[in-house]
Amino acid sequence: MSTNQSIRDTFFQECEDLLEALASGLALMECAEADHEVVNAVFRAVHSIKGGAGAFGLDALVTFAHRFETVLDAIRGGGLTPGDEVMHVLLRSADHLADQVEAARDGRGMDAALTAGFLHSLDACLGGPPAEEDEDFCFSFAAVPLDLFPDPPPPDAPGDPAGWLIRFRPHPELLAHGHEPLHLIAGLADFGAPAVTPDLSAQPAFDTCDPSLPWLGWTIRLPCAQPREAIESYFDFAQGLCDLTISPLDMQTPAEPPAPPAAALPPDPAPQDASAPEAPSRAPQPAAEEEDRTPRPTLRVDLERVDRLINAVGELIINQAMIEQHVLDLSLPGDSGIIAHTEDYRLLARDLQEAVMAIRAQPVRPLFQRMSRILREAVAATGKSARLICTGEATEVDKTVIERLADPLTHMIRNAVDHGIESPAARAASGKDPEGTIRLSAAHRSGSVVITLRDDGAGFDRIRIRDKAVAGGLIAADADLSESEIDNLLFLPGFSTAGKVSNLSGRGVGLDVVRNAVAALGGRITIASDPGQGSEFTISLPLTLAVMDGMVISVSGQTMVIPTAPVIETVRPAPSDLHAAGTAERLLSVRGRFLPVIDVAQSLGFPPRDARLPPLALLVETESQSQCALIVDAVHDQRQVVIKGLDANYGAVPGVSAATVLGNGQIALILDAEALAANRLAPPPPRIPSPTETGTCHAPA
Amino acid sequence: MPPPDPDTGPDAEFVTFFAGGQSFSLDIAHVREIRRWSAVTPLPHVPKEVLGVMNLRGSVIPIYDLSARFGLGPTPENPRNVVVVATIGSQTLGLLVEAVSEILSVSRSSIQETPDLRSDATRAGITGIIGIIGAEEGMTRVIDLAAVIRCGTRPAA
Repeated sequence: MSTNQSIRDTFFQECEDLLEALASGLALMECAEADHEVVNAVFRAVHSIKGGAGAFGLDALVTFAHRFETVLDAIRGGGLTPGDEVMHVLLRSADHLADQVEAARDGRGMDAALTAGFLHSLDACLGGPPAEEDEDFCFSFAAVPLDLFPDPPPPDAPGDPAGWLIRFRPHPELLAHGHEPLHLIAGLADFGAPAVTPDLSAQPAFDTCDPSLPWLGWTIRLPCAQPREAIESYFDFAQGLCDLTISPLDMQTPAEPPAPPAAALPPDPAPQDASAPEAPSRAPQPAAEEEDRTPRPTLRVDLERVDRLINAVGELIINQAMIEQHVLDLSLPGDSGIIAHTEDYRLLARDLQEAVMAIRAQPVRPLFQRMSRILREAVAATGKSARLICTGEATEVDKTVIERLADPLTHMIRNAVDHGIESPAARAASGKDPEGTIRLSAAHRSGSVVITLRDDGAGFDRIRIRDKAVAGGLIAADADLSESEIDNLLFLPGFSTAGKVSNLSGRGVGLDVVRNAVAALGGRITIASDPGQGSEFTISLPLTLAVMDGMVISVSGQTMVIPTAPVIETVRPAPSDLHAAGTAERLLSVRGRFLPVIDVAQSLGFPPRDARLPPLALLVETESQSQCALIVDAVHDQRQVVIKGLDANYGAVPGVSAATVLGNGQIALILDAEALAANRLAPPPPRIPSPTETGTCHAPA
Repeated sequence: MPPPDPDTGPDAEFVTFFAGGQSFSLDIAHVREIRRWSAVTPLPHVPKEVLGVMNLRGSVIPIYDLSARFGLGPTPENPRNVVVVATIGSQTLGLLVEAVSEILSVSRSSIQETPDLRSDATRAGITGIIGIIGAEEGMTRVIDLAAVIRCGTRPAA
């Protein structure tokens, strides 16, 4: 049972890969970049799902996959040209297939009416309901009668067409896929009474024979009234895995004399009895189709194991830093071997870390593919017309980032369709293509990943946003806001411009949730809008969640780390550069610009810094692209630090994003530059509770 | 090792320790190890009983001053102070105490409920005490770890 379960698990894992291949193939077909090979790959994906599903008796899945496959086969054979309408059906069917796989995995049933709807549209592609063959396509292996060859065929039953002459020679892959020629041949008895003659011509000499390969072929005379398609579809699962010819059986021509049943009964496909001493006439050759299906060798590993490895490497990095520190403290002569060795150790540890982090990095393609689906659903729900153009799908990002981006991106895509893209009529009226375009792109940019979502819709209606915010009591009626400030109102909790609660978005889940999710990943989101031309959301995320480049600083006697990314420069201001503003605020003049000053010790509530120490200002650029100066005591070093979350054992701390372990074993807090910069305007943002800390609460003092 | 179910088992073991001059005890099932005090890294904007975070073999764990938590004033610095490392759920944390005294083996039934106390201040201080065990030299207060790490000032987030 457990073996069966694990095979089943493997099947569903493979399904994920196959569905991904299906989605990328269809995407290529959609932009008409598909050659024959792509169509083949799409067909094979559906076909393999069908095959696996049949083996597990998932009949609903088999039925659907089969009809899907029939349409793809028509395209493959050139009988059907995939126009827009057909592509649409195919894409939606692929989505439905994914749902069905999921339902089958969880043992849930699917809405039969829904499936029937999809089947109907698939059939419509072919211009009508499918031929009769449908009843027979399925595996009937389980129901093979045991009396394999009951009687020799009655000689020419009157009125019947003659039947079919089938030549069947399995390839090694047929066996590798778990098919059993014996059952295949025996199952033909359902059509009529087959007369089977083995073809031993390819059988090598006994001493050179590899018993794990099939050497036999069979010639089967099958008198039956079924059409050729029925026979072909019976061998469907062996397609590409064997040489198969089906020709009309001419009863007048005496074919090979029917062998007596004993000889006709095919021996075990692994032929132990090597009676035909011919040299192997044809080496087992993988079919061309098969070669393409072979993926790059990969290894499926439990994510937990990878994380354990990553943790261990993180500890190694810390340990390396400690040893390096100790060696430095010894003040050994420069030519001492240990110094060279610790240097090597450092480089090796870094290499190891990079290699390990690469394991977790995955391309964003599956995420983007999911978004195409979300778009299709959103388009269907709103009656608008839009297409999604993805670029940079190969960009690799940490797996956790990909997983946790799915919800925010889903929300943003729905928003773009629901609020961004106008109705086709409105678009046409303003001289735009009636079909809206949403561009989703990913790229690496200076140590971070930038994901951009751009629509060519109407852009933000700033007057309406403002009115909404005033009506909702979020801003004062006479507040003087810049355009970007108005845009940023969208991120406030409880903000929704949707006039009515639509099915799609505007369910009270606003962009604030998107922003929180992005912030939880250590990223930030910015928006830009051009009225009439569309709007753009940019999410910028750290490459990895486990290490980052940081500057080691000291604040009020504490050693801390600030991420290097937002720091533009460090300045040691002269007292004359600092200017009082109001009662408590100060401004720093840098090359003629005045920047707000934030005393880090003060905002963290730590003892005020020693006034005798000359202040050091870190100029940081914040989310709103404005700059400010963070005052610290000193900058010591710039290095990669291993990020240790505070959430697991404590909870979020305002102004602090995480912690790290220094070379001396002490913990240093990693400052959240964004929050510090925002501190001067607002109280710390509400913390997002982590799932582990149920019911705990750490209110700021 | 911890009994299969400390709430219904006939006997229970408690680690007793001193904080703020009073005796407290914690179900041994929660206790992972006892460590020497070492310097912590303070956290900003936290309640006064949260001293900061410490490095426990690569994990960052918060350290609570038990005496401050129960309103008995901050624990004076002393090299003999120890940290009781405890786990609750998936969380690991440390409790700063003055000294660990013994392991107490008692039957569940001998744990008395905390008597109703008059003063509001005391009552605030004793949220986090589940019960009292009479011991040879007086009594020891059984602490509720979940309540200790929850600050009472705001509803849970």
